[in-house]
Amino acid sequence: MSAISHHIPEPLMAAYAAGSLPRPYALVVAAHVSMCDACRATVAAHEVAGGVVLDEMVKAPVEEDLKASVLALLDAPVDPEPEPVKRSGVYPGPVMEALKGRPPRWKSLGMGVKQCILETGDTGSVRLLHIPGGRAVPDHSHNGLELTLVLQGSFSDETGRFGVGDVEVGDEDLEHTPVADDGPPCICLAATDAPLRFNSLIPRLLQPVFKI
Amino acid sequence: MLAVRDRQDRAAFGALFDYYAPRVKGMLMRKGCGHGQADEIVQDVMLTVWRKAAMFDPQRAQVSAWIFQIARNRHIDVIRKESRPMPEELAQEPDAEPDASQVLGMEQEAKQLKEALARLKPAQREMIEAAYLGELSHRELSEKTGLPLGTIKSRIRLGLDKLRHELKGMRAE
Repeated sequence: MSAISHHIPEPLMAAYAAGSLPRPYALVVAAHVSMCDACRATVAAHEVAGGVVLDEMVKAPVEEDLKASVLALLDAPVDPEPEPVKRSGVYPGPVMEALKGRPPRWKSLGMGVKQCILETGDTGSVRLLHIPGGRAVPDHSHNGLELTLVLQGSFSDETGRFGVGDVEVGDEDLEHTPVADDGPPCICLAATDAPLRFNSLIPRLLQPVFKI
Repeated sequence: MLAVRDRQDRAAFGALFDYYAPRVKGMLMRKGCGHGQADEIVQDVMLTVWRKAAMFDPQRAQVSAWIFQIARNRHIDVIRKESRPMPEELAQEPDAEPDASQVLGMEQEAKQLKEALARLKPAQREMIEAAYLGELSHRELSEKTGLPLGTIKSRIRLGLDKLRHELKGMRAE
């Protein structure tokens, strides 16, 4: 496996550590951190900073009997925490959790391209994409910020090559034509804060690959 | 914290409670919780500290950083009614003796960070507080928070590398 060379930008890491990053992006960060120790250290460093802020926090007295009730609960039996969902194949633990432990249920978008929507809501959406080698990655409108994490295979565009563990950060300014490299299908986890736009996807996919 | 982790020391836990409970509550109220709700979350957070103490690794985290993230997660669970996507946990070698120099290094880094925060101008300091309390969006967070995190990252990375190495050794046995 080649080394990860495209990481998550610092402001997103800080927002993830602070808990303010919308869930679709947070899933991509959690998946990337599961694969990348450099970014795991970055999150932990931001948490140290969060801890420093906590240390300096203006104290708010808790109810007088809270301590006694917490101490009384220390021995109380607790339901065992569910085991964290483990990595399965190319899908890191947090992705498997979003998949509820089951393999992805792919929906065809044509031309061999498939997707599996993991979550979609007010804060955006996150999905898995499956692109056969040599095919163009569907044009996922860059109306907002889009994070694309490679889980299998690789893709290339004008800005470089993205292999397993790499994250491409797309925004309104990024104009590119990503194409899955020859070889095994490229599987990506893609999160965006823009609503899903299926319509724009189809015409693009109908174009022969060599014309894109 | 280590007394809590290694010996389930209740007196030590009481001291942790006295120190952190009002600070965690301060953080929660700043995040918009009322007194009652904040107290409930503080209770959950402190019980989690007790129950998950075995997972605390002083080579990779500071106590306040560890409690910060427990409080952040619990707040998200309660307020947004959603769980937070978390990275895969790294397996920990049971009974591993923490490397004292690494633990000391983490403490020193955190101390230096605290001093760096204290040296900032009030406006910048408030910005950092707002950032880590989740009041700024990822768009509002600028490229640099103004805090020197480079050496802490390297230090934590050392701890991670060491852990990976130990885990590899365990598998090889």
